[in-house]
Amino acid sequence: MNQISLLAPGHSGCAGCCDAMAAKFTLMGAGDNCIVVSPTGCLEVMTTPYPETSWDVPWIHSLFENAGAVASGIEAGLKALGKKEKTKVIAMGGDGATLDIGLQAISGAFERGHDFTYVCIDNEAYMNTGVQRSGATPYNASTTTSPAGKVSFGNPRPKKNMPAIIAAHGSPYVATTSLAYPKDMIAKVKKATEIEGPTYIHCHAPCTTGWGFDTSKTVEVAKMAVKTGLWPLYEMENGVVTKVRKIGKVKAPVEDYLKMQRRFKHLFTMEGGEEEIAKIQDIANMNIEEYGL
Amino acid sequence: MPRETTMDKSKMVVVEGSYAVAHSVKVCRPNVISAYPITPQTHIVEDLSQFMADGEIPNCEYINVESEFSALSALVGSSAVGARSYSATTSQGLELMHEVLFNVSGMRLPIVMTVANRAVSAPISIWNDQQDSIAQRDTGWIQLYAENIQEASDMTAQLFKISEDKDIMMPSMACMDGFILSHVYEPVVLLEQDITDEFLPPFNPERTLDPSNPLTFGAFADPNYYTEFRYLQEQAMQTALKKIETVADEFSDMYGRYFGGLIDEYQTEDADIIIMAMGSIVGTIKDVIDRLRENNVKVGLLKVRAFRPFPAEAIKNVIKDAKVVVVLDKNISLGMNAGALFIETKSVLYNTDIDVPVTGYMIGHGGRDIPTSTIDKIIDDAKEIMKSGIKTESQFTDLKEELV
Repeated sequence: MNQISLLAPGHSGCAGCCDAMAAKFTLMGAGDNCIVVSPTGCLEVMTTPYPETSWDVPWIHSLFENAGAVASGIEAGLKALGKKEKTKVIAMGGDGATLDIGLQAISGAFERGHDFTYVCIDNEAYMNTGVQRSGATPYNASTTTSPAGKVSFGNPRPKKNMPAIIAAHGSPYVATTSLAYPKDMIAKVKKATEIEGPTYIHCHAPCTTGWGFDTSKTVEVAKMAVKTGLWPLYEMENGVVTKVRKIGKVKAPVEDYLKMQRRFKHLFTMEGGEEEIAKIQDIANMNIEEYGL
Repeated sequence: MPRETTMDKSKMVVVEGSYAVAHSVKVCRPNVISAYPITPQTHIVEDLSQFMADGEIPNCEYINVESEFSALSALVGSSAVGARSYSATTSQGLELMHEVLFNVSGMRLPIVMTVANRAVSAPISIWNDQQDSIAQRDTGWIQLYAENIQEASDMTAQLFKISEDKDIMMPSMACMDGFILSHVYEPVVLLEQDITDEFLPPFNPERTLDPSNPLTFGAFADPNYYTEFRYLQEQAMQTALKKIETVADEFSDMYGRYFGGLIDEYQTEDADIIIMAMGSIVGTIKDVIDRLRENNVKVGLLKVRAFRPFPAEAIKNVIKDAKVVVVLDKNISLGMNAGALFIETKSVLYNTDIDVPVTGYMIGHGGRDIPTSTIDKIIDDAKEIMKSGIKTESQFTDLKEELV
């Protein structure tokens, strides 16, 4: 497994860091003939403190909100210079850079049909700046800008459905994955980078610091999100769901997932918490029905 | 020896300024063009799009981005893989690029961009002044200002050569007054392909994003390192000071056209009054000077071609023996009651033994016409300053008192 070395250890990610895992799996799927763009975020900061770098592939960070455009330019530049055929272009960013501040540039890149793969490493809040809510923060998660309090259960809205937004752009391949399933992720990244046109991978990535669980539990928490139905794993080709990872007849209740994490702790102590947990169970049930999990 | 422009009339064609610029871009053999349409830059990108549609720009990709922010961001990527990269914008579009401008110069990507200078909102105005590019003076972009269509178009090739110099590697703006130059038809010599292929070597940067030699671009620098990046950018700007001159000379030798290096001079040698200005207004000023010279008024023009890097020594040399210096600014630094060229000029005279009064006029904002009578009035004021000293350091010109 030579490819593991494409993201060198020694970076400053937390113990149990989700970004390091997701980035490593992405490179294992993409191989070494690629150019990676990262927007501003934990991944960028922890891997490239000048004059050091963890990246053993060409890598560029420009700004927070422009990874889609930078990737477009890399692809166009390689094409113009006759170098595109072999080299894959990959953008890898967090949920803030993808769902929120960078959405316009990503939309433009997908609409124009650049040949690249965008990988969203979704840890469901702005972790680099200290756990503020993003458009990917789930319903009732407590963050520093959507804290639970006497009159609040935390984030008042469910996650933005980014894969659906990308699929609506006519992307030939959109897939969700989870860092708890490396084989799944590596295979999907490989497939995405081999398909011509703009393709998208959305990786669920629990953050030990932001979500509040032991640094040894990253994979366990990620697995539980899948087993409850809160994070369905599927592939869409040309806008149609073509493959779903079944989670078995007996689904884990969402409590099993929520109770592992500090960000949902208030749901187990506040009055009315039970009803709120039931609403989260409804979200899981809807996923189970929609995707036939 | 002052250089002259001798135009080969047989080569001249009457075209719109935007077309002349688009033609120059094409002749410079760009690999990636990325732009978002905005008045009055639109004709440039439309002409380039037509060239692309007609297959006239080989080995080039045109990216129809969804905003100016992405226009320049895309060029970050293309320039970093070693593609010669071009954009054009103005006003709101340039302001939207603000964050990316710093990023491009910090990563030392030699992108060239035409700015069809326009006022900024609010109130919204599509007409010309130079507030848009002046507001970006600290972003680390070389800025040259063109006097006419020929210069705006020739400048494109000069700037690629300056920006892509391995000792410089800084981006640049070719500033041309919106509408006044972008939409006007004049006889020009379109940039010659054969000479340009000799003048401008292919872009071959020392460092690119290349899987066979993986490098990291855009790392973060902690306080132990950040200062040195800034220092090196400033060093590159100082190197550009010399390069702007030598490239203008080289251009003159090869093409026979010269519009100044860092600056240009007109009737300054014995001038008591020297007017400093940037952009298309210098044509109007030259006409006024020609008329006044017939009446023995000793007035001259210092055309500032490079605003960044700022040509402090060149300016000092020209104005040191003048009796009054008048600085015209199509911009204002609000809260300073003065324009940028005036502020910079005054600042470079401090700590020197040059003791010449400098007076500033904010002029032509939001496309307000600048008739020769306004220049006459300003020169009358300057004569008064020669007699009885400076009373008003900096002021608005042609202000409609009844509206304020």
